[in-house]
Amino acid sequence: MDKFGFAQSQKFDTYASRLMPREEYFTSGHRSCQGCGEALAVRWVCKAIGKDAIIAHATGCMEIVSSGMPQTAWLNPWIHVAFENTAAVASGVEAGLKILTRKGKLTGPMPKVVAMGGDGGTSDIGLQALSGAMERGHNFTYFCWDNEAYMNTGIQRSSSTPYGAMTTTSPPGKMSIGQATQKKNMMAIAVAHGIPYVATASPSYLFDLYFKVRKAIETPGPAYVHVLSVCPTGWRSATELSVRLGRLAVETGVFPLYEVVDGRYRLTVEVPKLRPVRDYLKPQGRFRHLRSKEIDFIQRHTLAQYELLLQKCQALYPEFPSVSPSAEEEGQ
Amino acid sequence: MMGTRVGMEVSIAVSHAVQLARAEAIAAYPITPQTHIVEHLSSLVANGELEAEFVNVESEHSALSTCIGMSATGARTFTATSSQGLALMHEILFIASAMRFPIVMAVANRALAGPLSIWNDHSDIMAARDIGWIQVFVENGQEAFDHTLMAFKIAENHKVILPIIVNMDGFILTHVVESLELLDQDTADRFLPPYHARHRLDPQNPVTMGAFAMPELFTEVKMAHQMALVNSYDRILKVWKEFGDLTGRHYQPVEHYKTEGAKVLLLTMGCLGEVAEVAVDEMRAAGEKVGLLKLRMWRPFPFTDLREAMGGAKLLIVCDRALSLGGAAPPVLAEVRSTFYAANPKLQILGYVVGLGGRDVPPETFKEIVAQAQTEAKQGPSQEYHIFGVRG
Repeated sequence: MDKFGFAQSQKFDTYASRLMPREEYFTSGHRSCQGCGEALAVRWVCKAIGKDAIIAHATGCMEIVSSGMPQTAWLNPWIHVAFENTAAVASGVEAGLKILTRKGKLTGPMPKVVAMGGDGGTSDIGLQALSGAMERGHNFTYFCWDNEAYMNTGIQRSSSTPYGAMTTTSPPGKMSIGQATQKKNMMAIAVAHGIPYVATASPSYLFDLYFKVRKAIETPGPAYVHVLSVCPTGWRSATELSVRLGRLAVETGVFPLYEVVDGRYRLTVEVPKLRPVRDYLKPQGRFRHLRSKEIDFIQRHTLAQYELLLQKCQALYPEFPSVSPSAEEEGQ
Repeated sequence: MMGTRVGMEVSIAVSHAVQLARAEAIAAYPITPQTHIVEHLSSLVANGELEAEFVNVESEHSALSTCIGMSATGARTFTATSSQGLALMHEILFIASAMRFPIVMAVANRALAGPLSIWNDHSDIMAARDIGWIQVFVENGQEAFDHTLMAFKIAENHKVILPIIVNMDGFILTHVVESLELLDQDTADRFLPPYHARHRLDPQNPVTMGAFAMPELFTEVKMAHQMALVNSYDRILKVWKEFGDLTGRHYQPVEHYKTEGAKVLLLTMGCLGEVAEVAVDEMRAAGEKVGLLKLRMWRPFPFTDLREAMGGAKLLIVCDRALSLGGAAPPVLAEVRSTFYAANPKLQILGYVVGLGGRDVPPETFKEIVAQAQTEAKQGPSQEYHIFGVRG
């Protein structure tokens, strides 16, 4: 195993990469930065959702790099309205498709409805619209592209920025360690809505991501997929390390890959022995100012979070009745 | 017999018009005094009397955002709001019109906080006058019903494709029971055929909606929007005429009341018009040559109609129901002055702000304003405009 954990990646060979779709729906020619983990994630998510899907996208990096009038990188029908409302727009798309199908104005299977937004558009400004859409139970899948700050506006901190990270609005200084708060747990928030499918994913684990996306969009009701998107520009990391950093995030336990199906947690990529978080932090300039004691704090915090996740995965879950009495009858 | 005359709360009449229009998708959030409209629509949907998707969103910002999503699929879309709700939508109002979604929205006009007030004035819509929507004002329950139904036909016209707001005064119009004539469903269906969107989100024919514009294109896009809104004027009149021929109820961008031979003209919007009519009747009976203009079409602004409406009048008194704090003039006065600046420089235009935050405006108020304005017209205005009836 080399310094960046290539040995872990060997298990990719067990998947049949030749069976993956060759079609592209997020096409080349967009203007994302070199080494953008987010663009890679979008490309593969779009492959997984396929042609018959309508995408609502929040303002942010992926919107800006892909939709400069009169060009577009999107081969799916795609709509951008504003920053904080993409889950609401998707709610409307889903409701519109439903009524037009019911009235016979649209025929054939209903297209999948997908919403996408960055971590700012999801965990900060778009949280209310997302919460509303999940609570109402629209049949849609929400993707959060989490590059852990407002990269599009110039690397300002968000509630998804991890502890200790340097951003332009959480700069380290005499009185500051950088980001002073812990990353908001969007997964727990999504799970708390009682929705049927929630997952973390990473473009560094394409097959894991691919199958989660398939599951998410095939699940009736709301699904939430949180994708860690390495950002060399904002993380101050080498562009060629993006995929590797995504793996290190998983191998150190900083960003575990798991899914929550009907409230039940399950690790999808098991890491028998976690690497020290230092391996993940060191290649990133945004953590360069951290001293041993802060790194040690991050290490302990990461292990505690990971242990909590393992406990959730091992928990015994009671049986809940179906969503409604009528749905239960239909099921019988 | 095409229509039936009934006594009905105006909010219910508006919902009924939405039902007759066979609206397919509704997203709304509760806010006084718009609530009765969406409550009634909810029950129509719940009882299967209106085949539509009703989405109870978690805010007005999401209400309009959801309406955009609905409209983008090609569904006939309606929402209603008021005051703080309209303000919370503000950002999305501009985008809905720029993206050309023919959404119909009823606005039960109410004061904007602060201080918090649930009562009627026009400060909510005047803060949203530049949003690029078609905007009309109605005066009574019949007009609220008629214009809600007509709004769909105007908005969806392929030469228009713009969202439209029907403004109706909160409480003093929305919550009163009025006698009005309804249309039957067959007539409504003949008047308003099903909506077929030209562009919609469709995997068989994918389009990108809401792309951003660099400086090379932004101005051109805004110009196209401006032209669409200005050019909607002819289509609006065409729909109004068609409706007039059908029902006998004809509407004009600027309505006239006893303007023949008038030397002094009052100008109002919304349901103050009917109160002003009473005052005009009394002043006419006393031998004063006073008439009334009622501005129905607010966007696009009916410049020509307004200029032609002056006749031989020497004094125009504009009654605003909103303020432009610290500005040159309250919103309607500013636009009216601009309308006549070059066209009729001799016309004296005086402004009075009345009825803020639910302050009652009885006929006497108009009589006092006319008397005061005539004195001012002779002596020269003492200030740019007056906030009428301030106590203390």
